[in-house]
Amino acid sequence: MSAPDTIASNSIAALQARFPEAKESEFRNQHRVVVPVAALYEVLAFLKNEQQFDLLVDITCVDYLNYRDATDRFGLVYVVSSTTTNEQLIVRTFLNEPNLTVPTVMPLWIGADWMEREVWDMFGIIFDGHPDHRRILLPEEFTAHPLRKDYPLQGRGERHNFPVLHRIEG
Amino acid sequence: MAIEIPENVVVGKLDHLASWCRKNSLWPMPFATACCGIELMATGASKHDLARFGAEVFRFSPRQCDLMIVAGRVVMKMLPVLQRIWQQMHEPKWCISMGACASTGGVFDTYSVVQGIDRFIPVDMYVPGCPPRPEQLIQAIIDLQDKIQREGTVMGREFNTVARQQTKRALIEIPELSQMDGARNPIF
Repeated sequence: MSAPDTIASNSIAALQARFPEAKESEFRNQHRVVVPVAALYEVLAFLKNEQQFDLLVDITCVDYLNYRDATDRFGLVYVVSSTTTNEQLIVRTFLNEPNLTVPTVMPLWIGADWMEREVWDMFGIIFDGHPDHRRILLPEEFTAHPLRKDYPLQGRGERHNFPVLHRIEG
Repeated sequence: MAIEIPENVVVGKLDHLASWCRKNSLWPMPFATACCGIELMATGASKHDLARFGAEVFRFSPRQCDLMIVAGRVVMKMLPVLQRIWQQMHEPKWCISMGACASTGGVFDTYSVVQGIDRFIPVDMYVPGCPPRPEQLIQAIIDLQDKIQREGTVMGREFNTVARQQTKRALIEIPELSQMDGARNPIF
Protein backbone atom coordinates (compact mmCIF):
# COMPACT_ATOMS: atom_id res chain seq x y z
CA MET A 1 0.00 0.00 0.00
CA SER A 2 1.30 3.38 -0.92
CA ALA A 3 1.69 6.29 1.43
CA PRO A 4 -1.42 8.21 2.33
CA ASP A 5 -2.64 10.56 -0.31
CA THR A 6 -1.93 14.20 -0.04
CA ILE A 7 -4.37 16.11 2.00
CA ALA A 8 -7.31 17.56 0.20
CA SER A 9 -6.71 21.26 -0.18
CA ASN A 10 -10.14 22.09 1.10
CA SER A 11 -9.32 20.63 4.51
CA ILE A 12 -6.41 23.01 4.94
CA ALA A 13 -8.46 25.85 3.55
CA ALA A 14 -11.33 25.15 5.91
CA LEU A 15 -8.92 24.95 8.83
CA GLN A 16 -7.26 28.23 7.99
CA ALA A 17 -10.60 29.91 7.42
CA ARG A 18 -11.61 28.98 10.94
CA PHE A 19 -8.20 29.46 12.54
CA PRO A 20 -6.24 32.17 10.71
CA GLU A 21 -3.27 31.77 13.06
CA ALA A 22 -2.58 28.23 11.82
CA LYS A 23 0.59 28.15 9.72
CA GLU A 24 0.75 25.47 7.08
CA SER A 25 3.85 23.97 5.50
CA GLU A 26 4.52 21.03 3.23
CA PHE A 27 7.45 18.69 2.68
CA ARG A 28 7.35 15.75 0.29
CA ASN A 29 3.61 15.54 0.30
CA GLN A 30 3.37 15.68 4.06
CA HIS A 31 1.35 18.61 5.33
CA ARG A 32 1.97 20.20 8.68
CA VAL A 33 0.05 22.83 10.57
CA VAL A 34 1.53 24.78 13.46
CA VAL A 35 -1.01 26.17 15.88
CA PRO A 36 -0.69 28.04 19.18
CA VAL A 37 -1.33 26.14 22.37
CA ALA A 38 -4.47 28.10 23.14
CA ALA A 39 -6.12 26.93 19.93
CA LEU A 40 -4.80 23.37 20.00
CA TYR A 41 -7.90 21.66 21.32
CA GLU A 42 -10.25 23.63 19.12
CA VAL A 43 -8.20 22.82 16.03
CA LEU A 44 -8.15 19.12 16.81
CA ALA A 45 -11.86 19.12 17.65
CA PHE A 46 -12.55 20.88 14.37
CA LEU A 47 -10.52 18.29 12.45
CA LYS A 48 -12.20 15.43 14.23
CA ASN A 49 -15.78 16.61 14.16
CA GLU A 50 -16.01 18.60 10.94
CA GLN A 51 -13.22 17.32 8.70
CA GLN A 52 -13.51 13.56 9.22
CA PHE A 53 -10.11 13.11 10.84
CA ASP A 54 -11.39 10.22 12.90
CA LEU A 55 -8.08 8.48 13.62
CA LEU A 56 -5.38 9.77 15.97
CA VAL A 57 -2.25 8.04 14.69
CA ASP A 58 0.23 9.27 17.24
CA ILE A 59 1.12 11.87 19.80
CA THR A 60 4.78 12.53 20.34
CA CYS A 61 7.12 15.29 21.30
CA VAL A 62 10.48 16.73 20.28
CA ASP A 63 12.89 18.50 22.59
CA TYR A 64 14.59 21.32 20.69
CA LEU A 65 17.06 22.20 23.43
CA ASN A 66 20.30 23.38 21.79
CA TYR A 67 18.85 22.71 18.37
CA ARG A 68 20.07 25.07 15.70
CA ASP A 69 17.76 28.01 15.02
CA ALA A 70 15.19 26.71 17.47
CA THR A 71 13.20 29.29 19.37
CA ASP A 72 10.97 27.02 21.43
CA ARG A 73 11.83 24.17 23.75
CA PHE A 74 9.28 21.47 23.06
CA GLY A 75 7.40 20.64 19.87
CA LEU A 76 4.28 18.61 20.51
CA VAL A 77 3.18 16.58 17.51
CA TYR A 78 -0.25 15.17 16.75
CA VAL A 79 -0.63 12.99 13.68
CA VAL A 80 -4.25 12.68 12.63
CA SER A 81 -5.65 10.71 9.76
CA SER A 82 -8.96 10.06 8.08
CA THR A 83 -10.09 6.53 7.43
CA THR A 84 -12.64 7.69 4.87
CA THR A 85 -10.66 10.12 2.72
CA ASN A 86 -7.18 8.71 3.47
CA GLU A 87 -5.88 12.14 4.33
CA GLN A 88 -3.12 12.66 6.84
CA LEU A 89 -2.22 15.82 8.68
CA ILE A 90 0.39 16.68 11.27
CA VAL A 91 -0.62 19.24 13.85
CA ARG A 92 2.15 20.78 15.89
CA THR A 93 2.34 23.18 18.77
CA PHE A 94 5.29 24.60 20.66
CA LEU A 95 5.68 24.71 24.41
CA ASN A 96 8.15 26.42 26.70
CA GLU A 97 8.90 26.02 30.35
CA PRO A 98 7.30 26.57 32.75
CA ASN A 99 4.02 26.32 30.85
CA LEU A 100 4.07 22.69 29.79
CA THR A 101 0.35 22.05 30.11
CA VAL A 102 -1.93 21.23 27.22
CA PRO A 103 -5.52 19.97 27.33
CA THR A 104 -6.04 16.26 26.89
CA VAL A 105 -7.62 15.09 23.66
CA MET A 106 -9.17 12.02 25.21
CA PRO A 107 -12.70 13.44 24.77
CA LEU A 108 -12.00 13.35 21.03
CA TRP A 109 -10.00 10.14 20.67
CA ILE A 110 -10.09 7.64 23.51
CA GLY A 111 -6.89 6.15 22.10
CA ALA A 112 -4.95 9.20 23.23
CA ASP A 113 -4.81 7.67 26.70
CA TRP A 114 -1.52 5.82 26.54
CA MET A 115 0.07 8.19 24.03
CA GLU A 116 -0.35 11.11 26.37
CA ARG A 117 0.93 9.07 29.27
CA GLU A 118 4.04 8.20 27.28
CA VAL A 119 4.68 11.84 26.37
CA TRP A 120 4.27 12.73 30.04
CA ASP A 121 6.63 9.94 31.03
CA MET A 122 9.38 10.80 28.58
CA PHE A 123 9.08 14.60 28.25
CA GLY A 124 7.08 15.84 31.21
CA ILE A 125 4.30 17.45 29.22
CA ILE A 126 1.20 17.71 31.40
CA PHE A 127 -2.10 16.78 29.80
CA ASP A 128 -4.74 18.64 31.72
CA GLY A 129 -7.88 16.61 32.26
CA HIS A 130 -6.35 13.21 31.61
CA PRO A 131 -8.20 10.74 33.85
CA ASP A 132 -5.17 8.54 34.57
CA HIS A 133 -2.16 10.82 34.47
CA ARG A 134 0.57 8.33 35.45
CA ARG A 135 3.84 7.14 34.01
CA ILE A 136 3.44 4.31 31.57
CA LEU A 137 6.93 2.94 30.85
CA LEU A 138 9.23 3.92 33.66
CA PRO A 139 8.82 2.91 37.30
CA GLU A 140 6.49 5.10 39.32
CA GLU A 141 9.33 6.18 41.59
CA PHE A 142 11.25 7.70 38.69
CA THR A 143 11.54 11.47 38.98
CA ALA A 144 13.08 12.57 35.68
CA HIS A 145 11.83 12.68 32.12
CA PRO A 146 14.61 10.90 30.26
CA LEU A 147 13.99 11.89 26.65
CA ARG A 148 14.64 15.52 27.49
CA LYS A 149 17.94 16.60 26.05
CA ASP A 150 19.23 17.84 29.39
CA TYR A 151 18.91 14.38 30.89
CA PRO A 152 22.20 12.45 30.66
CA LEU A 153 22.14 9.36 28.48
CA GLN A 154 23.51 7.17 31.22
CA GLY A 155 21.07 8.50 33.78
CA ARG A 156 21.67 9.93 37.21
CA GLY A 157 22.47 6.69 38.98
CA GLU A 158 18.99 5.20 38.88
CA ARG A 159 20.22 2.02 37.26
CA HIS A 160 22.64 1.40 40.12
CA ASN A 161 20.32 2.21 42.96
CA PHE A 162 19.28 -1.25 44.08
CA PRO A 163 20.13 -3.50 46.99
CA VAL A 164 22.85 -6.06 46.36
CA LEU A 165 21.92 -9.64 47.09
CA HIS A 166 24.51 -11.99 48.53
CA ARG A 167 24.38 -15.71 48.73
CA ILE A 168 23.69 -15.91 52.43
CA GLU A 169 20.70 -13.61 52.18
CA GLY A 170 19.13 -15.37 49.27
CA MET B 1 42.52 -53.77 62.22
CA ALA B 2 41.34 -53.59 58.68
CA ILE B 3 37.66 -53.30 57.95
CA GLU B 4 36.63 -55.52 55.15
CA ILE B 5 34.57 -53.69 52.57
CA PRO B 6 31.97 -55.84 50.91
CA GLU B 7 31.62 -56.04 47.22
CA ASN B 8 29.56 -53.27 45.54
CA VAL B 9 30.38 -50.76 48.26
CA VAL B 10 32.23 -47.57 47.48
CA VAL B 11 33.59 -45.32 50.19
CA GLY B 12 33.55 -41.61 49.51
CA LYS B 13 32.71 -38.22 50.91
CA LEU B 14 29.07 -37.24 51.31
CA ASP B 15 29.95 -33.87 49.80
CA HIS B 16 31.16 -35.63 46.72
CA LEU B 17 27.96 -37.65 46.40
CA ALA B 18 25.70 -34.63 46.92
CA SER B 19 27.59 -32.59 44.37
CA TRP B 20 27.47 -35.46 41.90
CA CYS B 21 23.70 -35.61 42.25
CA ARG B 22 23.26 -31.88 42.01
CA LYS B 23 25.47 -31.29 39.02
CA ASN B 24 23.75 -33.92 36.92
CA SER B 25 20.23 -32.71 37.52
CA LEU B 26 20.38 -28.95 37.16
CA TRP B 27 16.91 -27.55 36.61
CA PRO B 28 17.21 -24.23 34.82
CA MET B 29 15.01 -21.24 35.46
CA PRO B 30 14.93 -19.39 32.12
CA PHE B 31 14.99 -15.64 32.69
CA ALA B 32 14.97 -14.84 28.99
CA THR B 33 14.34 -11.24 28.03
CA ALA B 34 15.93 -10.86 24.62
CA CYS B 35 17.60 -12.66 21.71
CA CYS B 36 19.74 -14.71 24.07
CA GLY B 37 16.49 -16.36 25.07
CA ILE B 38 16.12 -17.67 21.54
CA GLU B 39 19.53 -19.28 21.75
CA LEU B 40 18.58 -20.62 25.14
CA MET B 41 15.54 -22.28 23.60
CA ALA B 42 17.69 -23.67 20.80
CA THR B 43 20.01 -25.10 23.42
CA GLY B 44 17.14 -26.94 25.00
CA ALA B 45 15.69 -28.11 21.70
CA SER B 46 16.48 -31.30 19.85
CA LYS B 47 19.47 -30.18 17.81
CA HIS B 48 21.68 -29.21 20.71
CA ASP B 49 19.77 -31.21 23.30
CA LEU B 50 20.65 -29.97 26.73
CA ALA B 51 19.24 -33.24 28.10
CA ARG B 52 22.61 -34.81 27.33
CA PHE B 53 23.96 -32.86 30.30
CA GLY B 54 21.04 -33.40 32.64
CA ALA B 55 19.80 -29.83 32.49
CA GLU B 56 16.85 -30.03 30.15
CA VAL B 57 14.04 -29.61 32.67
CA PHE B 58 13.18 -25.96 32.23
CA ARG B 59 10.77 -24.92 34.92
CA PHE B 60 8.92 -21.61 34.96
CA SER B 61 8.49 -21.63 38.69
CA PRO B 62 11.58 -20.51 40.58
CA ARG B 63 10.69 -22.79 43.47
CA GLN B 64 11.43 -25.83 41.34
CA CYS B 65 14.72 -24.61 39.92
CA ASP B 66 18.31 -24.46 41.02
CA LEU B 67 19.97 -22.78 38.03
CA MET B 68 18.96 -19.34 36.90
CA ILE B 69 19.98 -18.50 33.34
CA VAL B 70 19.65 -14.77 32.78
CA ALA B 71 19.50 -14.45 29.00
CA GLY B 72 19.18 -10.91 27.77
CA ARG B 73 19.26 -7.36 28.97
CA VAL B 74 17.75 -6.50 32.33
CA VAL B 75 16.29 -3.03 32.74
CA MET B 76 16.01 -1.19 36.02
CA LYS B 77 12.28 -1.83 36.17
CA MET B 78 12.90 -5.55 35.76
CA LEU B 79 15.72 -5.89 38.26
CA PRO B 80 13.51 -6.04 41.38
CA VAL B 81 11.61 -8.86 39.65
CA LEU B 82 14.87 -10.65 38.91
CA GLN B 83 15.98 -10.32 42.50
CA ARG B 84 12.68 -11.57 43.79
CA ILE B 85 12.78 -14.62 41.54
CA TRP B 86 16.34 -15.28 42.65
CA GLN B 87 15.26 -15.13 46.28
CA GLN B 88 12.39 -17.50 45.61
CA MET B 89 14.77 -20.21 44.41
CA HIS B 90 15.91 -22.72 46.95
CA GLU B 91 19.49 -23.27 47.96
CA PRO B 92 21.71 -24.59 46.60
CA LYS B 93 21.32 -22.47 43.49
CA TRP B 94 23.52 -21.13 40.78
CA CYS B 95 23.33 -18.39 38.20
CA ILE B 96 24.57 -18.16 34.64
CA SER B 97 24.80 -14.71 33.09
CA MET B 98 24.27 -15.40 29.41
CA GLY B 99 25.41 -12.92 26.81
CA ALA B 100 26.95 -9.49 26.76
CA CYS B 101 23.85 -7.63 27.99
CA ALA B 102 23.26 -9.68 31.09
CA SER B 103 26.97 -9.63 31.93
CA THR B 104 27.84 -6.00 31.25
CA GLY B 105 24.87 -4.18 29.78
CA GLY B 106 26.28 -4.75 26.31
CA VAL B 107 25.66 -1.96 23.86
CA PHE B 108 22.85 -0.60 26.01
CA ASP B 109 24.80 1.87 28.09
CA THR B 110 21.69 3.87 28.89
CA TYR B 111 19.84 5.11 31.92
CA SER B 112 17.42 2.24 32.01
CA VAL B 113 19.61 -0.83 31.51
CA VAL B 114 21.43 -2.48 34.39
CA GLN B 115 25.12 -2.68 33.57
CA GLY B 116 25.63 -6.30 34.51
CA ILE B 117 23.42 -8.37 36.76
CA ASP B 118 26.43 -9.37 38.85
CA ARG B 119 26.22 -5.98 40.49
CA PHE B 120 23.07 -7.06 42.23
CA ILE B 121 22.88 -10.85 42.35
CA PRO B 122 25.60 -13.48 42.58
CA VAL B 123 26.74 -14.95 39.26
CA ASP B 124 28.69 -18.20 38.84
CA MET B 125 29.30 -18.33 35.10
CA TYR B 126 29.50 -15.70 32.40
CA VAL B 127 28.88 -16.55 28.77
CA PRO B 128 30.30 -14.06 26.27
CA GLY B 129 28.65 -13.47 22.93
CA CYS B 130 25.91 -11.46 21.37
CA PRO B 131 24.08 -13.77 21.46
CA PRO B 132 26.23 -16.77 22.43
CA ARG B 133 25.90 -19.90 20.39
CA PRO B 134 24.25 -22.87 22.09
CA GLU B 135 27.61 -24.61 22.25
CA GLN B 136 28.90 -21.76 24.42
CA LEU B 137 25.99 -22.10 26.81
CA ILE B 138 26.53 -25.85 26.97
CA GLN B 139 30.18 -25.23 27.72
CA ALA B 140 29.16 -22.90 30.53
CA ILE B 141 26.90 -25.56 31.99
CA ILE B 142 29.68 -28.15 31.76
CA ASP B 143 32.04 -25.73 33.50
CA LEU B 144 29.43 -25.08 36.14
CA GLN B 145 29.08 -28.81 36.67
CA ASP B 146 32.81 -29.05 37.17
CA LYS B 147 32.65 -26.21 39.65
CA ILE B 148 29.83 -27.83 41.58
CA GLN B 149 31.69 -31.13 41.70
CA ARG B 150 34.93 -29.48 42.73
CA GLU B 151 33.79 -27.25 45.56
CA GLY B 152 30.26 -28.32 46.44
CA THR B 153 29.35 -29.33 49.96
CA VAL B 154 26.23 -30.85 51.42
CA MET B 155 25.46 -27.86 53.61
CA GLY B 156 26.47 -25.29 51.03
CA ARG B 157 29.48 -24.01 52.93
CA GLU B 158 31.10 -22.96 49.68
CA PHE B 159 28.53 -20.17 49.32
CA ASN B 160 29.53 -18.59 52.60
CA THR B 161 33.16 -17.76 52.05
CA VAL B 162 34.73 -14.35 52.30
CA ALA B 163 35.34 -14.16 48.58
CA ARG B 164 31.65 -14.78 47.90
CA GLN B 165 30.62 -11.91 50.12
CA GLN B 166 32.91 -9.29 48.69
CA THR B 167 31.51 -5.91 47.94
CA LYS B 168 29.88 -5.69 44.56
CA ARG B 169 30.74 -3.15 41.94
CA ALA B 170 27.48 -1.28 42.35
CA LEU B 171 28.37 -0.29 45.86
CA ILE B 172 31.68 1.05 44.68
CA GLU B 173 30.22 2.98 41.81
CA ILE B 174 27.52 5.03 43.51
CA PRO B 175 29.92 7.37 45.39
CA GLU B 176 31.64 8.11 42.09
CA LEU B 177 28.34 9.10 40.61
CA SER B 178 27.67 11.46 43.48
CA GLN B 179 30.83 13.37 42.63
CA MET B 180 29.63 14.21 39.15
CA ASP B 181 28.20 17.66 38.72
CA GLY B 182 24.53 18.20 38.25
CA ALA B 183 21.72 17.48 40.61
CA ARG B 184 21.90 14.04 42.17
CA ASN B 185 18.53 12.71 43.06
CA PRO B 186 18.80 9.00 43.77
CA ILE B 187 15.38 7.51 43.49
CA PHE B 188 13.86 4.40 45.04
